[in-house]
Amino acid sequence: MMSTLFAILFYLATLLFVVGLLSRINTYARTPAPLKIPTTPAPTTKGGVVLRMTREVVFFESLFKANLWTWSMGWLFHASLALVVLRHLRYFTEPVWGWVAFIQPFGVYAGITMLAGLAGLWARRLFVERIRYISTPSDHLWLVLLIAIAASGLLMKFAAHTDVIAVKTFFLGWMHFDIQTLPADALLIVHLSLVLLLLVFFPISKLLHAPGVFFSPTRNQTDNPRDKRHIAGWAKQMESESGK
Amino acid sequence: MSDITAPAYRVIPIIPALKPGAMEGKGPFVANEKINEAIGFPGKLVDDWHDKAIAKMGELLSKYRSFKVYMDACVHCGACTDKCHYFIGTQDPKNMPVARQDLVRSVYRRYFTLPGKLFPKLVGARDLTREVLDEWYNYFNQCSECRRCSVFCPYGIDTAEVTMAAREILDSIGYGQKYSNEIIGKVHKIGNNLGLPGPALLDTLEGLEEDVKEDTGIDVKFPIDVKGAEVLLITPSADFFAEPHIDSLIGYAKVFHATGTSWTLSTMASEAGNFGMFIGNYEQLRKIALRIREAALELGVKRIVVGECGHAWRVAYSFWNTLSGVGDGASEVDRFAQMLQKQLDHRYKQPTHICEFTWDAIERGALTFDKSKNDKHIITFHDSCNVARGSRMGDYAGGQFEIPRNIIKTVANNFVEMSPETTRERTFCCGGGGGLLTDDLLEIRVKGALPRMEALNQVKEEHGVNFMATICAICKAQFTKVLPIYGFDRRVVGGVHQLVSNAIILGDKK
Repeated sequence: MMSTLFAILFYLATLLFVVGLLSRINTYARTPAPLKIPTTPAPTTKGGVVLRMTREVVFFESLFKANLWTWSMGWLFHASLALVVLRHLRYFTEPVWGWVAFIQPFGVYAGITMLAGLAGLWARRLFVERIRYISTPSDHLWLVLLIAIAASGLLMKFAAHTDVIAVKTFFLGWMHFDIQTLPADALLIVHLSLVLLLLVFFPISKLLHAPGVFFSPTRNQTDNPRDKRHIAGWAKQMESESGK
Repeated sequence: MSDITAPAYRVIPIIPALKPGAMEGKGPFVANEKINEAIGFPGKLVDDWHDKAIAKMGELLSKYRSFKVYMDACVHCGACTDKCHYFIGTQDPKNMPVARQDLVRSVYRRYFTLPGKLFPKLVGARDLTREVLDEWYNYFNQCSECRRCSVFCPYGIDTAEVTMAAREILDSIGYGQKYSNEIIGKVHKIGNNLGLPGPALLDTLEGLEEDVKEDTGIDVKFPIDVKGAEVLLITPSADFFAEPHIDSLIGYAKVFHATGTSWTLSTMASEAGNFGMFIGNYEQLRKIALRIREAALELGVKRIVVGECGHAWRVAYSFWNTLSGVGDGASEVDRFAQMLQKQLDHRYKQPTHICEFTWDAIERGALTFDKSKNDKHIITFHDSCNVARGSRMGDYAGGQFEIPRNIIKTVANNFVEMSPETTRERTFCCGGGGGLLTDDLLEIRVKGALPRMEALNQVKEEHGVNFMATICAICKAQFTKVLPIYGFDRRVVGGVHQLVSNAIILGDKK
């Protein structure tokens, strides 16, 4: 019964996540950027833009310039999260890919550093006057949610082991629309329920910063306005052939 | 206004504590009916302003990717919170870039996102009330669109884009700012922001020719409306009569003279400034830019050179090709742009900044200088925000920083940099940009100048700096006004071409 419920919830959540995110990305992609507004100095070639975006997404270059504390906590959290997510691929692959097997031990430590990063970010939000001023309840709740996901995961690893073989069987089955039994384990239920919340709310929340950064005109535009005419469709319509 | 005093320098540049409500108020003078209607906006606040404003916001969200993405992407990380000169100078938390954006973002969330419709309190969403509208008017006229916050935002969120959107919404419901809208009216009616009519301009230029002749013994010309000239110079109208701007205009003329360039000004396009950008209105931005296209076509010039002006250079460099076709690389079927681009000489970048023009001449060996003429000056350079973060010079990223400095070092012996935290892409706005250069905003202008004044004071104490060169008409006017309030001589500020003018050797270079 519970296994079926979770299987269905995961289908729905995944659907909402994927459709929500794609529709948002679609909106961003279709909205024109009528003017050239890269924050200069900016790359003058497409290759340069790819490099700039890579530095931004992988190293958080701008945040590094802005504030070392926020950068170190933020980067620690995101890098750890990436490792943790990749580590979880083992629940969805059989046989487990070689590199996924290789990163398993690092993924465990990443769970701890992820928690540390989140704690640091939350401390900043709670104790730095300026950051507290700009925080909304949802800003705090997102941190609580992520901390709870990380903590419940770590507890399953270090305190109350869950039957990971059964979990894997459940998700492998889930991928083929074949519902297997999910262990009735309180920590696991909490962990998975929180992940469901994350998936559902992702496309309508500030987590849209993840796709958003790629569409940010100040970061993704090439600095070549004198060499190539850039004009949006709606702006072109204002022009007449007679030149006025 | 005379009771406005400068805030104290911070002993160490610590991040100031918050003073909520420090800059609350009514904002600058509101534009009257005559001013608004002259440029096609409703005369006064319309009755159905709420619905109109929300509709306008929806329209802008569909027309500007920047606005759309920036409304969604902010995570309230706080990277920008201590980066705005107006926050540093006023300590008002609503002058933190993220808080300024949130004035609009909270309304966006309420009307355009599901969580904001369902749980407004949770996500900081709020209804657009009259109080919110007034708050917009006040705080979006305390942003100079300098883009410093956008340098530090991990998603590149540019508050300038949000300010432009907010001002555009306000204008669309008849709640525009007097200063900017009045100036836009003047540029359409008379041809320049200062409302200087053609005959007065001719008089001024004749007077300048006489002055330079008296000074140097050489016939340096200030031609205007000359058909068939090679270069059309577009310069801020302040260059025609304001101090110290006019000294740079003399500098440009001497460079043209010494390089044997045939050049001309235009009465129709006697203004480089484009306040259409300040109010975020594409139609105005475009219409103002089209005067230059028209003048270029009519005079048949081969090159367009832009004088010392910050946001004007951003508009010229980044937007002119889009708005009016001044540039290169339009598609073959783009008749509108091709009409002008076929006329221009593409051996040169179009448009060209006067600093690019002068530096190119220096590199070719076409100019000679007596550097000792600038020996009374110990010079530093203030990067103007819109040049630094919204444009470029030369053919490499960052040329906008190097070229003006190279020129200064060529024409003068004593050059000192200010703190690297306050120059180049990290430069602080003068405090008067983006439509704030009006006396009804003097308090915010004085306070916003604090970070720059601190950096200037430091090099004054350590190196005896007595001249801050800059390449922006607004910077020059703003500093002339606020320098004395901070205890400096107003003549500390001047143009790069003022220094060029001092040192250039004219004469037998034929």
